[in-house]
Amino acid sequence: MRAPGLLAASWAIARKDLAIEFRTRSAFLSSVVFSLLAIVIFYFAWDPTAVGPLALAPGVLWVTFTFSGLLAMHRSFGVEAADGAIDALLVAPVARESIFLGKALANVVFVAGVQAVSLPAIAIFYNVPLAGAWLPLLGILLLATVGLVAVGTLFASITANTRMAELLLPVLAIPFFVPVVMPAAQATADVLSGRPIAESFAWLRILLAFDLVFVYACTVAYPFTIED
Amino acid sequence: MPETSAAPRRPFDWFALLAVAVTAAAYVRAIWFTPPEMLQGYAQKILYVHAPSAWVAFLAFGLTALAGAFWLFLRDPRLDRFAESSAEVGVVFTTAVLVSGPLWAKPIWGTWWTWDARLTLTLFLWFVYLGYLVLRGVIPERDARARLSAVLGILGALLVPFIHLSVYLFRTMHPMPVVANPDGFQMPPVMVKTFFFAFFAFTLLYAALVRARYAFATDRDALEATLDATPDGGR
Repeated sequence: MRAPGLLAASWAIARKDLAIEFRTRSAFLSSVVFSLLAIVIFYFAWDPTAVGPLALAPGVLWVTFTFSGLLAMHRSFGVEAADGAIDALLVAPVARESIFLGKALANVVFVAGVQAVSLPAIAIFYNVPLAGAWLPLLGILLLATVGLVAVGTLFASITANTRMAELLLPVLAIPFFVPVVMPAAQATADVLSGRPIAESFAWLRILLAFDLVFVYACTVAYPFTIED
Repeated sequence: MPETSAAPRRPFDWFALLAVAVTAAAYVRAIWFTPPEMLQGYAQKILYVHAPSAWVAFLAFGLTALAGAFWLFLRDPRLDRFAESSAEVGVVFTTAVLVSGPLWAKPIWGTWWTWDARLTLTLFLWFVYLGYLVLRGVIPERDARARLSAVLGILGALLVPFIHLSVYLFRTMHPMPVVANPDGFQMPPVMVKTFFFAFFAFTLLYAALVRARYAFATDRDALEATLDATPDGGR
């Protein structure tokens, strides 16, 4: 059998991870419930008469996405620890970059699934009118999620080698999320308040540049995190 | 009873003494022989600590990332020891920046902290490199530690322009550099001299601290190698 190419191998690994997730659904359900709880709790952390829900929504949304995303990324190498599954993956005749791309792709789908539930939830709970804004919002979500997942997946691989992965992953990853979450939240706020998307192009450019640089850098760096 | 030999004593660190002496001289000059600034008064003298510390902090992290990148190709343990030493010294100087900045900002800006581009960048660099040190602390195997921290160091360097750019767009009010100003020097020459003297002194201090920290890392690695070679683990 011929060894699969980079993209075919990535796709196979992403499908494997998503199949595991789809059959157990445990991580997805906890991430969804987590993000719903976060949305609800944040509402009570502010005085709604002083700060309107519409002003809160973008920040709440992105903090929620960041932390529920971290749950997903932590799990993505956690499942490989059982029964030495990562070793089987490493001896597979595929480029190691494709393991990273596959894991990252599965994580993008996972995080997008969580977003698909929490976005309507915030629209309902915070009374945010999404109707006119959903298309630009989708673009912001995609650009930001790719950047978050690229960095988060790489750091999940780094911390999977250590004793305190669940604590170390957010400590290492969150500083790297700053140039994603800030532009994403600002652009979301612009779009939700009815301003045209063209006003957010400066933010979207940062997101796009971050995606290009860090998807490439993390893919190249990944093989160095799993040498044995 | 196993034979024990006393560790060879290091010669006295004259270089460190020199660095401390030059730094002390820079302070003496800044405090007593440089006039206070007209508008900011004595608060402005914090600049002679703040700006050189910031320079050394960025130098230290840049060299850490560079040493990590070279380690990935050369696998020379000396590069890793240097990266470790430089990161640790860099965190110390970043802390100095983050402490001296608010001390100046309170009387001049009227607030301890503001989310300006440079402040935020320094703060997040501090977080990244604290994480770097924590990561090093939890990986016992020397090679894995060098490898993973090298990756983190390089990504940290890539992060710098993004944080700067995004916070810059957010808003910025940090005073623009007053020395390397395109309109020519605005600081009077006596201040500029003190300023550059302090830069020189802090760079020397950085080199001395890294050198001492590097010597410690060498000793520690040698001790570990000896213990590993002893059948009962040295106990």
